[in-house]
Amino acid sequence: MREQPVPGRVGFFTDTSICIGCKACEVACKEWNAVPQGGLDFTGMSYDNTAGLGADTWRHVAFIEQRRPLGHQEPGVGDMDFRWLMASDVCKHCTHAACLDVCPTGSLFRTEYGTVVVQEDVCNGCGYCVPACPFGVIGKRESSGVAAKCTMCYDRLGAGQEPACAKTCPTDSIQFGDLDELRERAQRRLEQVREAGATSARLYGHDPGDGVGGTGAFFLLLDEPEVYGLPPDPVVTTRDLPSMWRHVGVAALGLLAGMAAVAWRRR
Amino acid sequence: MSQTDVRMDGSPRLRGAREATPGSAGRRRERLMVPRADFDSYYGRPVLNEPTWRAPDIAGYLFLGGLAGACSTLAAAAELTGRPRLARSGKVAALCALGGSVYALIHDLGRPERFVNMLRVFKVTSPMSVGTWILTAYGPQAGCAAAADVSGRLPRLGRAAAVGAGLTGPALATYTAALICDTAVPAWHEAYREMPFLFAGSATAAAGGLGMLAAPLEEAAPARRAAVLGTAVECVAATRMERRLGPLAEPMRRSRLLRAGEALCLAGALAGITVGRRSRIAAVAAGAALLAGSACTRFGIFRAGMESANDPKYTIRPQRKRLAKARAERELE
Repeated sequence: MREQPVPGRVGFFTDTSICIGCKACEVACKEWNAVPQGGLDFTGMSYDNTAGLGADTWRHVAFIEQRRPLGHQEPGVGDMDFRWLMASDVCKHCTHAACLDVCPTGSLFRTEYGTVVVQEDVCNGCGYCVPACPFGVIGKRESSGVAAKCTMCYDRLGAGQEPACAKTCPTDSIQFGDLDELRERAQRRLEQVREAGATSARLYGHDPGDGVGGTGAFFLLLDEPEVYGLPPDPVVTTRDLPSMWRHVGVAALGLLAGMAAVAWRRR
Repeated sequence: MSQTDVRMDGSPRLRGAREATPGSAGRRRERLMVPRADFDSYYGRPVLNEPTWRAPDIAGYLFLGGLAGACSTLAAAAELTGRPRLARSGKVAALCALGGSVYALIHDLGRPERFVNMLRVFKVTSPMSVGTWILTAYGPQAGCAAAADVSGRLPRLGRAAAVGAGLTGPALATYTAALICDTAVPAWHEAYREMPFLFAGSATAAAGGLGMLAAPLEEAAPARRAAVLGTAVECVAATRMERRLGPLAEPMRRSRLLRAGEALCLAGALAGITVGRRSRIAAVAAGAALLAGSACTRFGIFRAGMESANDPKYTIRPQRKRLAKARAERELE
């Protein structure tokens, strides 16, 4: 349940302050990983028709429109304050990954890079990982019947290449690299962004002390996490599992004792 | 005077459609092109992905697994206290419910032909894996007990299997609580303290109901008492759960299935120990009510969880509260 991060763990640092919402990451991900299309939907939510992560969406760019200023920026729409927040969301590759913990076939596993990957040929589509994920990342693909999510381009990593989304990102909003180094870089960037007037900037998922032990893919956000559809305080569900098993044990013994009592009473 | 566009009332002042002024009907109202953003969430979309489990399969399994496990325990107790017909009905019912359970579990898989992959590993961190092994241990014993009883062959082996199934049955009846609680679904996860007791109570009530339904009056006394005990445990656990969860229990409080489940179980248990002791028909009706009540409870819990996963407020608000509490504690130090 508590895997130690392997040395040389890699990750994503997604700096949303320089995301331009071009969705090249979504396209590159689909192309490289041959992810099937998830249907043509019109959501009416700003410029986002992908809606969220799932089996057929491994990168998702959120668009948020707010009537609030961004730092010292002049939006140029009359007297109105306006800002667009854009963020490319992805599987967090948690240190304590609930999907991996609950997988009953061992299909989900931790790679030598510290990432979490589904083995398509082992997964039997039980779907347990779907409600286990506190971020709503993993999904069950209708066409194949098995779970699917971001692999951090496991095949590219083996060939010494960076993941397709990071490779294609034109502004380097998605940065790939050694996780420790990325965390330092993110800290420096956060200070820079705050000094520039964006005082609402914060890091998300960088803290190894959070409920999922820190994430392998973390973010610099410009607003509260829930604004981007991220949980403000995610906790790996298996943290409470020892207590759950104790409660189950007491209940099971109680059932046994109760049945014995009703049968042996007043023979 | 307001200009009139195309009209359907045949008024003489009607102008031809060619002369209609577009966009002139009524006053202009403020319209947002984007849905009004509720910035507690991303356009009101759920944070979690909806569980892919289907209600007939998985809620059905919660009921059938509980029924099978508790029936085996009741059957073993009946056998050891010299009530052969109550024992037989329990064993046969357990085997039928087990068959239904296994069918539902395999049917719900995305790749049913790969169900044996569950047996590749044993993971205590995965209640589904633990459950698979509980079923593997329980299933053959329940099958053997029922087969030996019905055929009348190998009585000693049958008795040993019945006791074995009776001892593993409670694990089957209660582990399903850990199965659904060990998820990020708010109403399930946060209810993990009461859920095993609710499930144990519901399973006991269902097994009691089945005993009343199938066994003759003179042997069904333990079934009647089990129904009362199970219903009481179920109701107390449900009440405590709803009280402790507070706003998170909204989907449960709103659930008609859960209310129906409680009412049916209470009615069945009460009828069982009163008129059900004398009248075979009343016992059958009470038993059926208990079985239906237990099924309603499981489907209600399943639905409530789905509802809580699909509304971002149930995910975000408790987490916000937790963060605020942690911050307040830090500031106090």
